Amino acid sequence: MPVPLYQARVLVSLRPSVLDPAGEATRAAAARLGIEGVRRLRIGKAIEVELEAPDPAAARERLERLGDRLLANPVIEDWRLELQDGSEEGR
Amino acid sequence: MTVGIVVFPGSNCDRDVRWALEGCLGIPTRFLWHEERDLGGLDAVVLPGGFSYGDYLRCGAIARFAPVLEEVCSFAAAGGPVLGICNGFQVLTELGLLPGALTRNRDLHFLCQPQPLRVSPGPCTWLRSYGDEEAITLPIAHGEGRFQIDPQGLAELEDRHQVVLRYGDNPNGSVGDVAGLCNARGNVLGLMPHPERACDPATGGLDGRRLLASVLG
Repeated sequence: MPVPLYQARVLVSLRPSVLDPAGEATRAAAARLGIEGVRRLRIGKAIEVELEAPDPAAARERLERLGDRLLANPVIEDWRLELQDGSEEGR
Repeated sequence: MTVGIVVFPGSNCDRDVRWALEGCLGIPTRFLWHEERDLGGLDAVVLPGGFSYGDYLRCGAIARFAPVLEEVCSFAAAGGPVLGICNGFQVLTELGLLPGALTRNRDLHFLCQPQPLRVSPGPCTWLRSYGDEEAITLPIAHGEGRFQIDPQGLAELEDRHQVVLRYGDNPNGSVGDVAGLCNARGNVLGLMPHPERACDPATGGLDGRRLLASVLG
């Protein structure tokens, strides 16, 4: 029997207390484009993952370790996991 | 006396560090490829500047898993002197040998300029030949050098005198004007400025010589 394949997305964002100069520069460019009213613009990362795992619990456990230990740096970033079964988790 | 210089794919200051140590100071060096595990016979290890593994994901994030760094961690734990310059500093924070993180410069510019600094050597063995509050100038060259840590973390660093190098006229928005810091024991130093580019009279200042020469004891 083939090992199930899970689709997931890990969303990494800068912690609210961390300055985002690239986001600020992009926000300023939005105004130059003529789009008014952009009060806040923060740039993060969306990481798409396909993962083989025996069951959803194992998939979740591996993805959480991936988020915690590699994809995000907890000193400056928060992250959130979207697993394709529709559930969400993160911190 | 031999100093190991770690070479990651994407390191670009490894040969500058070799020139500063061997050419300017007469200290033998050995390149350590990122997959090597043999640190035998080394008296100090330098993680040079550059863009290790393309700085993909975050600066230093992939380098952290290089086999050679497991050995560097053991070397540091045994009290061996470890120096991380620029990208090397970023790697040391990702590795957890030093706290905090280096993030994008406040004003987005890649900064490449001579930078006035203040030294407070504290417990740092690499800086022992500098005076307390001594003013020096070293070149900086980075786009992501803004040191970031929470206020409590910064307070702890200050209490233990681990902030050993500060910017005069903070160029990148680093909290606490941090340009370099050491671990509590003092054998691991990470800094954004490039001491290896201030060792040769042909290229200007010489304020980096004493830092690298400190490995001679």
